[in-house]
Amino acid sequence: MTPTVTTSGDLPGGATYDVTVIGGGVVGAAVARELAKYPLRTALVEARDDIGEGTSKANTAILHTGFDAVPGSLEARLVREGQRLLAGYATGSGIPVERVGALLVAWDEEQRALLPGLLAKAERNGYHAGRLLGAEELYGREPRLGPGALGALEIPDESIICPWTTPLAYATQAVRAGVHLHLGCRVLSIESGPYSGSDTGSGAAGGRHTLTTSRGPLHTRYLVNAAGLYADEIDRRMGLDTFTVTPRRGELMVFDKLARDLVRHILLPVPTAAGKGVLVAPTVFGNVLLGPTSEELDDKTDTDSSADGLHFLQEKGRRILPELLDEEVTAVYAGLRAATGQEDYRIQAHPDRRCVTVGGIRSTGLTASMAIAAHVTGLLDGIGLDLGTPRELPAVTMPNLGEAFPRPYLRADLIGRDPAYGTIVCHCERVTLGEIRDALSATVPPGSPDGLRRRTRAGGGRCQGFACGPAVRALFEGARP
Amino acid sequence: MTRNERAVDVLVVGAGPAGLGAGAELAASGAGRVEILERELDAGGVPRHCHHSGFGGRLRGGDTGPDYARQCVRAAVRAGAVLRTGVTVTGWVNATTAGSAADGPADAPSPAGAHVLDVTGPAGLERITARAVVLATGARERPRSARLIPGGRPSGVYTTGELQQAVHLYGQPVGSRAVVIGNEPVGHAAADTLRTAGVEVVAMVTDQPPSPVAALLRLQGRCPLLTRATVIGLSGRARLTGVTLRHEDGRTLTVPCDTVVLTGDFVPDHELARRGGLTLDPGTRGPAYDPEYRTSRPGVFAVGNLLHGVERAGVASSEGRAAAAPVLRHLAGTVPPARRPVPLAVDAPLLWIAPNRTGPAGARPLRGRFVLRTARRLDHPVLVVTQDGRELDRQRLLLPAVPGRPFHLGAGWLERADPHGGTVRITAV
Repeated sequence: MTPTVTTSGDLPGGATYDVTVIGGGVVGAAVARELAKYPLRTALVEARDDIGEGTSKANTAILHTGFDAVPGSLEARLVREGQRLLAGYATGSGIPVERVGALLVAWDEEQRALLPGLLAKAERNGYHAGRLLGAEELYGREPRLGPGALGALEIPDESIICPWTTPLAYATQAVRAGVHLHLGCRVLSIESGPYSGSDTGSGAAGGRHTLTTSRGPLHTRYLVNAAGLYADEIDRRMGLDTFTVTPRRGELMVFDKLARDLVRHILLPVPTAAGKGVLVAPTVFGNVLLGPTSEELDDKTDTDSSADGLHFLQEKGRRILPELLDEEVTAVYAGLRAATGQEDYRIQAHPDRRCVTVGGIRSTGLTASMAIAAHVTGLLDGIGLDLGTPRELPAVTMPNLGEAFPRPYLRADLIGRDPAYGTIVCHCERVTLGEIRDALSATVPPGSPDGLRRRTRAGGGRCQGFACGPAVRALFEGARP
Repeated sequence: MTRNERAVDVLVVGAGPAGLGAGAELAASGAGRVEILERELDAGGVPRHCHHSGFGGRLRGGDTGPDYARQCVRAAVRAGAVLRTGVTVTGWVNATTAGSAADGPADAPSPAGAHVLDVTGPAGLERITARAVVLATGARERPRSARLIPGGRPSGVYTTGELQQAVHLYGQPVGSRAVVIGNEPVGHAAADTLRTAGVEVVAMVTDQPPSPVAALLRLQGRCPLLTRATVIGLSGRARLTGVTLRHEDGRTLTVPCDTVVLTGDFVPDHELARRGGLTLDPGTRGPAYDPEYRTSRPGVFAVGNLLHGVERAGVASSEGRAAAAPVLRHLAGTVPPARRPVPLAVDAPLLWIAPNRTGPAGARPLRGRFVLRTARRLDHPVLVVTQDGRELDRQRLLLPAVPGRPFHLGAGWLERADPHGGTVRITAV
């Protein structure tokens, strides 16, 4: 089967899709992958030019245990299930994950007093490996921690994960299994009407949606709204009005790899009435992350960083890990959480609309994505979509971007077969010509040099392109049709 | 073992002017097998993409960067150094930490003190044992992220290094209206490159006050120079649309442009030095080193802009050549008797001094002088050298000390420094 990935021009015609997933973030891609197991004609449409271009590319890259979710909530269940599913999937598909564990560090008596309650909450969420540490043990575990910490709650299973490879793996697997991926395809309006065609296996539910997109019309019987920040707007285009998405900006700073040895665990703040606070965490790329801020905005495109935000992070970081601030900053970015005014996911089937809305997926969406996908597929079944018999998807192997696993520049076997894997193009991140070439010809190729960076790390290092920027851009441009 | 194990006498890391200078002189002096490794596919370092003239030591005229780079390469190869490009040193196998600043450069080389480094190239993986290592990994400009400039992340944001490569090596389109941040020589080089690429330079920006003398000398009227101003934001989502500046007095101004070049603000490419456990100088952020280019790890030397971001290419080349003699002494085991190195430190507004450790008795820095930088302009300053409260020297500069440009301190006082004393401090009064 020839994979179908389109990026421009009119959408290909053809039969009405059984299901169309709107939104190619980590959730939409996971849903598309889950649907790919069934004999369905499925489309994944994304307004931007790449998978994971919105909120999914700018998060804290943590694979959560869900220890601190609201017990009994849908989010608590899906994070717990999703963590297990994704941890297993990551191992099989080459998504870098490191189980470094988390420490919730108490910096004052008020915070320390909250730790036993958090431990009890973790137990209620089915997480039983949590443990309280005294100050001495804490400093033994994290010797570079700033002075004044009183103790910590340890959550040994909190892990770090590659946020970019994950949605890409889902999309790659989905596309290879026959899902059509349409990028640069913004949904402008949705008309829902009766359907009497005979070109699908299931004629049970009459009616189809006609999506007017920036790339022409698209017909589909069922819809999954996984539009993230824009899920409320897509809903409204179908006459549904159940929630409003308020973007909540989180700014983050990425410190140089030379800072990596300063920290061993994910250092989480103790959530208090004053907010969730700021974390310090290693990344699978070998950097150290500091953030996020939290700020409600009106503008769903405002991913700017701010002087105040960066200053705030520096102040917080200096307290947590003083030596971190002596290191160079490699990157600064901001992500927007899709807050909906409710501390739980808003996943809802609309039987009369043949539609499932997946809203309010905030920072835990990466962790929960596979469980959300299974849940959504169940809801589609419940509103009349005949799924048919599932099959196992052929496995996918993603290029390794993680430092805890051998990268191509260290692999004599690969270089022996192809010297391109010994030809380093991006020196800070040690990305080879072979990896860049592979990414440019992958099932889901990048739509921009930024997309290439998320697939290979090229240009994402401490020099930010001083040494390799034009070379990487030339390779990208050279691969364009 | 999937690594090809090899041994050399001297491994030089980096084939810019400094590394090529070291390699040329060492090979010519009979140091044995001298191998220069360059991670780029072409040797020559930053001058490869500096198309302006003035290289080769002359202030006016002189060679262009690419010509100069080729000359450096030719000289090293002709002298018998083995130059290998596209080959990256990825780490030290014996990365023992050499200890604190107080330990400093030591002596007594022994076969057991050889250095082992891992290397990646198209031909595969290697493990190279070297009796001496010369680090010449250079410097780079701080990018936007490290400068903590807030705003969006649009395209059109460059450092000079990236800009020059884009224009001169790749012929890539850049933009149409540019703002250059920085008024040092490298900023003017960036502006020239932009004009070559057909880009209008709408403004140059510096956080320094106006300098009447510089205004007379420098390319007057080619574009406005905005002084006492810093960048406080970049606008634009996909492509840059403007740069917001704040004047010292609090006023802000947004200059519409599609390109911004962040120039200067050099930081040593010190990853390999740090991975090797070398002590850094807190001022330069490069390896701490003495007048014999010795770092805190015996047998590991450092030259060029890794030590001081940045001096002219000719200075880097001279340093490389000057390092050959101490490297040869190390190879021969004839290092002068150990002497405790004394750190040199500067007081604000001075930023750094290089070299920044005292060396063996009689050792003098290049041209008998130390190089310094200041954070703000100083008119005819007096540099006072003290140790443990005792004044060692006092030197008046004939010219103003200006940010981003070198000025010097004669090394005559070195004999008066107490090798058993505390840090030598240099203060501008």
